Amino acid sequence: MHALVPLPTVVPLLIAAALAGANAVLPRPIVDAVAIACAAAVTALCALLAAHSAGVTVYWFGGFHPRGGVAIGISFAVDRVGAGMATLAAVLVCAALVYSARYFEEVGSQFAALMLVFLAGMTGFCLTGDLFNMFVFFELMSVAAYALTAYKIEEAGPLQGAINFAITNSIGSFAMLTGIALLYGRTGALNMAQIGTALGGHPVDGLVTVGLLLIMGGLLVKAAIVPLHFWLADAHAVAPVPVCVLFSGVMVELALYGLARVYWTVFSTPLASHAAGVRGILVGLGVLTALVGAVMCFAQRHLKRLLAFSTISHSGTFLIGLGLLTPLGLTASGEYLLEHGLLKAAMFMAAGILLHRFGSVDEYELRGRGRGGDWGVRAAGAVLALGGLGLAALPPFGTFAGKSALEDAVTEVPGYGWVIAVLVLASAITAGAILRATGRVFLGLGPRLPRHQEQLTVLSEQPETLRPHSRTPAVMSTPALLLAVGGLLLGLIGPLRHGIAAAATHLTERGVYAAHVLGGAAPATHLRPPALGTRATDYALAAATLVGALTLAAAALRPRWPPRDSRVARGATTATVALRRLHSGCVNDYVAWLVVGLAAIGGALALT
Amino acid sequence: MSLPYLVAAWLLLVGLYGIVSSHNLIHMVVCLSIVQSSTYVLLLSIGYRSGAAAPIFADIPVGSRAVDPVVQALTLTDVVVEATVVALLLAVAVQAHKRFGTLDPAELNPLRG
Repeated sequence: MHALVPLPTVVPLLIAAALAGANAVLPRPIVDAVAIACAAAVTALCALLAAHSAGVTVYWFGGFHPRGGVAIGISFAVDRVGAGMATLAAVLVCAALVYSARYFEEVGSQFAALMLVFLAGMTGFCLTGDLFNMFVFFELMSVAAYALTAYKIEEAGPLQGAINFAITNSIGSFAMLTGIALLYGRTGALNMAQIGTALGGHPVDGLVTVGLLLIMGGLLVKAAIVPLHFWLADAHAVAPVPVCVLFSGVMVELALYGLARVYWTVFSTPLASHAAGVRGILVGLGVLTALVGAVMCFAQRHLKRLLAFSTISHSGTFLIGLGLLTPLGLTASGEYLLEHGLLKAAMFMAAGILLHRFGSVDEYELRGRGRGGDWGVRAAGAVLALGGLGLAALPPFGTFAGKSALEDAVTEVPGYGWVIAVLVLASAITAGAILRATGRVFLGLGPRLPRHQEQLTVLSEQPETLRPHSRTPAVMSTPALLLAVGGLLLGLIGPLRHGIAAAATHLTERGVYAAHVLGGAAPATHLRPPALGTRATDYALAAATLVGALTLAAAALRPRWPPRDSRVARGATTATVALRRLHSGCVNDYVAWLVVGLAAIGGALALT
Repeated sequence: MSLPYLVAAWLLLVGLYGIVSSHNLIHMVVCLSIVQSSTYVLLLSIGYRSGAAAPIFADIPVGSRAVDPVVQALTLTDVVVEATVVALLLAVAVQAHKRFGTLDPAELNPLRG
């Protein structure tokens, strides 16, 4: 088992190098087949690791084992959460590669090679037990992601999107590296378990707080948490659809996984007495992100950008669960995140099907064009509608269980009950936006042109165009349908849910992790995984979400939208336009927001 | 002894200021590498010991005082990372200039709202 641990990272790197080198020699079907086989093999390996890592499976590179609790070597330390996230990444890379076999007309083997490097970065990030190694894999996946965003380098959009993405995320990475350097200066360790142990005995001081701020800042930029989120929508709007599948489905969520890992293995003991303050900051950021993302999502007409803001909103929701700092909160976020990954990936694929068929992802241009299409287009419509309802976590779907657990987790912590209202509101707005778009495109509902043309022309996006096709290949619609079905049904599998609860609880036990990695005795007491169940109030909240979503979608599809008559509507429109103007597309502004955001989080941390 | 730390902080701030105020992509990318230089200075100064030798134990006796080789390895890795990011961004900047005749990120601006 131990010998398999580095393979999910090593194999895709080697295959990527071979594919990139053989660009001129290999015909495209062979390149695609090799890349898909590689991603499938990594999926199997990660699933195997997840199944067999009941505790923590540790692999020391070069056989540099720790002596007396001091680790000189670099380790991969795999537990079920890490292996599970790596499996999600591998599944989505596999699906995206299958999808892109027909999505692109002309593509060199560099695309497949970059996708595999991206996969290697993500699996390494999930499996590593070393903080600096985590940074390196974080950068590896980031650089592959920048290159993939700029893949269509002939157009202005991808260039701008890649610049915004690369500059903001690089600054985030440097912040993270600075934080790691400060922690190394304090503890002389890079192994996460060892840093946690070394910091554990002392009260937290300014240096450790700054280290936490910088590492957290880097991860929050990648997780697209407001006000560090601006890059995400730009990158998603212009990146090729198979790449968006990975960005929204797993890359953003991986940053939250990284935050959970670093918090619990490194900072949980020294910060134990300040946990309430950290909780307040993280949940506050999550609430802000969920709401800003939802409002911006509703304001979009470019489908990929709409889905991108929905991802921001959901990222905030996951941060709320994580930020509660309880095993139940982490369980709920993990479960919801997994289902969101599959559903959002499927929805991006559905948007890609529309782009492939009609050469546009603009809601108004596509109005009614999805009506009476062949089964490929109908599949896209079904995926978008079901995905929208599924992400709102309505009862027949598996996501309801995860969302209910999140609501329970919020009520479990005293003083945070009001967050439930935010969860319902954000879900209703994002689902309403997706239902509105689906209704307009596939049922031909709503007006032909936005009424507030004069306000929207300033801020509208260029539609992404590709030569239209007359039919949708099955390799594009099948992965979308399979992922959507998976996302809707996973939450109905009881053993999987209990497995996630046990794995999430295990992640929060710092002592057990440190004992596995560094040797020595594990603490005798083990936390029990939280009980999962649904209550009557959860059904009521789901009903409220559904009513809210349908009302918003119906209101937006009325002939007179947005209404000018009432003062409330006028105020809401003005506020939305003001919020949209902040998303200026200018990287200077984004970096300024990043600095202000980090300073604000730092100020809040200093006060706790 | 705190001078290197002040230099690192100064490089970080001045680089960030440069990025926020920049109207030229090449200038902006160079500012980004200045931000990253602050991490080199920080890492190397964390590992510095006054009066210590380089950590090459071929020509100094084992057990003598040496600077920390770990941070030097981290800095080297960091340099490689920076080279990749900067090369990629410069390639994008060249492409932007070739296609659209501008290096100002504010002019290359189809994404808004």
